[in-house]
Amino acid sequence: MSDNPAPRDAGNWARPVDKLDLSGVQAGGMRLNVAGRHLTGPIRGFGQMWQKTYWVRLSGAPATPQEVITVWKAEFPSFWPKGNRFYGPLTGIRPGEVAVLNLAGPGGVTAPGETPVIATGIMVIYADDVSFSFMTPEGHILAGLITFSAFAEDGATVAQVQALIRTMDPLYELSFRLGVGHRTEDDFWQATLRNLAARFNVAGQAQMRSALVDPRLQWSEAKNVWHNAAIRTAFVLPGEILKRLLGRS
Amino acid sequence: MNTPNVTMTVRRLGPATCVIDIQGEVSAAAENALMDAYTQAVSAGARDILLNFSQLEYMNSSGIGLLVTLLIRANRHAPRLRLLAMGLSEHYRQIFELTRLNEAIGIFATEAEALAA
Repeated sequence: MSDNPAPRDAGNWARPVDKLDLSGVQAGGMRLNVAGRHLTGPIRGFGQMWQKTYWVRLSGAPATPQEVITVWKAEFPSFWPKGNRFYGPLTGIRPGEVAVLNLAGPGGVTAPGETPVIATGIMVIYADDVSFSFMTPEGHILAGLITFSAFAEDGATVAQVQALIRTMDPLYELSFRLGVGHRTEDDFWQATLRNLAARFNVAGQAQMRSALVDPRLQWSEAKNVWHNAAIRTAFVLPGEILKRLLGRS
Repeated sequence: MNTPNVTMTVRRLGPATCVIDIQGEVSAAAENALMDAYTQAVSAGARDILLNFSQLEYMNSSGIGLLVTLLIRANRHAPRLRLLAMGLSEHYRQIFELTRLNEAIGIFATEAEALAA
């Protein structure tokens, strides 16, 4: 088996890593809850497993799926909803690269000075010319695999986000059971897709469907709460707010 | 979406073991073929399903998502059913490690090893 030629996807996948490091990430933001963390993925995580698919048809736009993904990778942070920041890899979205996320809270709520309230990250595990995928580290809201893709369908290019996710720990799961987490997640990706469509001069309405893949909780993963990024960010937030209000960040 | 470029063949290996031979590409387009093969194996009374990846030519992240979904489906509907894998090249073993699938799916080099497990 090992003497087979390299498979076609060989250059598209990241190599396994023990722990994440931030050496290749652009400066700025709250760089918490990423360095030294393990990747999780949908196998881990505490809450119910959902498969959520969001998409927008870029009707009338001449862009091919490859062109959409090229732009999406290159300008990824610019499509995020207000209040959320993505500090990407210096080399762009490539397999194995890590990014820092500074996220708004539920409903897009930020702290004074428009300070995001959750600092976490992602790792790019896969990228080709029509898709790319992220996995999340310990402490992130979601243990999951999120795939961004574009494809041709009925004469138009469709841009899609598909998330296969569990909440990471019981506190995050509670917010999802109350509906707040689901709404925040759904609003986030639909807004992202609207912004992407606008980049191609399309006033597209994002659509979504969700399927409950596994209704069970994984109680063995309840311990993940120890790494909860929202709680850990809260400890440093006062200092961060002060820095922003004083114009130092 | 793309048309599937994969063939999945189900064969019996032992009294309670079926092998799904996967030849070609595992991506989102392979969903129906994989789920049909799984259903066929379960209907045949398999309690161990061995996914044979020795003729796997390509897999993207949607393909990994498909395997995760299959794993969860198997765990939900038949808690005693085991999903196993064999024939993974070093490259695909690393992908299983990266995505932690190796923690949930037993990986074996050969059919004989899987049968003995």
